[in-house]
Amino acid sequence: MLELQGTQPLRQRTGVLFVLLLVGHLILISAQVQSRSGVPVLEAVTFGVFSRVQLAFAAVVDFGRNTWGNYVGLRGARAENEALKRQLADLEIRLQEQRALAARTQQLQQLLDLQQSTALPTVAAEVIAGNPNPGILTVTVNRGSSDGVKTDMAVISPKGIVGRVVGRPAAHAARVQLLIDPAAAAAAVIERSRAGGMVAGVDEDPPLQLQLVSNLADVVVGDAVVSSGTDGVYPRGFAIGTVEKSERGHGLYRAIAVRPAVEFSSIEEVLIVLVPARPAAPRAEPAATPTERAK
Amino acid sequence: MKIAAVILALVVGLVLQSTLAGLRIGGTTAVNLVLVVVVYGALSFGAAGGLVIGTVGGLMQDALAGGIIGIGGFAKTLVGFLVGWLGAQFIVSQPLPRFVMFFAATILHEACTQALYAVVESRAFRLPYPATLTQAFVNALVGVLAFQFVERGPQVLARRRARSASLGRRHY
Repeated sequence: MLELQGTQPLRQRTGVLFVLLLVGHLILISAQVQSRSGVPVLEAVTFGVFSRVQLAFAAVVDFGRNTWGNYVGLRGARAENEALKRQLADLEIRLQEQRALAARTQQLQQLLDLQQSTALPTVAAEVIAGNPNPGILTVTVNRGSSDGVKTDMAVISPKGIVGRVVGRPAAHAARVQLLIDPAAAAAAVIERSRAGGMVAGVDEDPPLQLQLVSNLADVVVGDAVVSSGTDGVYPRGFAIGTVEKSERGHGLYRAIAVRPAVEFSSIEEVLIVLVPARPAAPRAEPAATPTERAK
Repeated sequence: MKIAAVILALVVGLVLQSTLAGLRIGGTTAVNLVLVVVVYGALSFGAAGGLVIGTVGGLMQDALAGGIIGIGGFAKTLVGFLVGWLGAQFIVSQPLPRFVMFFAATILHEACTQALYAVVESRAFRLPYPATLTQAFVNALVGVLAFQFVERGPQVLARRRARSASLGRRHY
């Protein structure tokens, strides 16, 4: 047993020595032999082996670097990503706010232009509420009796006539009946042919009808409909809408559908004409309207 | 003592080998005395001794030959190790097994040498069988005779001396 234990390491040492000697001989041979490229085989083999080692080492380094860069180095990326998302959401909200502000500024600018262009005394008002009761198309504005607002005063916008003040205004609020309300009406005239009639709200699409216009009147699709001012409420010459359908009626009057000029679903700022309503005047040849003046 | 004997044997083998360099059969030297010494040493001292003797003898032979140093050393190291290892595995104390070992070792040595030259010189492997077999036979014969001489030589000398002494004491 002792002999076996003693001979085993000896054999191993002999084997190691054998391998070392063989390798040494190979190195010695390689050092003397030129490769096809003229470089000694030892140098070529050494360079080849060393280049492989360098390649493997570079691969390991690259792997480590990529691992560090792609995984370990991105430990804070999630938190940073969340922060960036929050920042992006804030910026989107700010952008929307800025867009809304710009749109509001544009609307106010248009309102200011209208206020300056018209000779009528007006006060700017902001729509603060709609009407929760379906079927009744009114809105509430933030101007009231303390601002000089009274019942039946006309409400206009840069696009055209909006409606009139109904009910008794509060000190700082008033209710405005929209022109498209089925109970609302306004004296109107075809701007091109001066054919007069009455615009009234209907539960149809388009939501306005020009009534009391003779079948003989010259009304075609596309004609502009403006206020005539004869109703004593709305100032004359303000846009009401555009004729969308004009047909011969069964009776004396034509069936005329009018598309409103004002987008009633998105009214935000209006002007209240601080001219008290007067009794309706008999129809007469109107003077030049603001639209005509503009032309 | 053993190391000195081995070195002396190698030197003698190299000297004789260089002397017998002209003795060729089929392009190959008819006998390789250095290889005989290597195989002899491997069979006598085992694998470790065989590979050391093979390395030393091969490198010396290469150095004297003027060729690529290392090819003979490689082949003789391989042969010395294998012969030493095989000699430890089998009983090779009889002339015939020794003859076989010398014979096989020579063929292995020649094959290994030719293979290395084929690799180094980028040529096809070529082993001149008649010359190789002849050298193997001569080497084996020389090796067995060397063993016989070393192992039995002292006994023969002692026996002759004893016979001479007994004849001298006879008085007729």
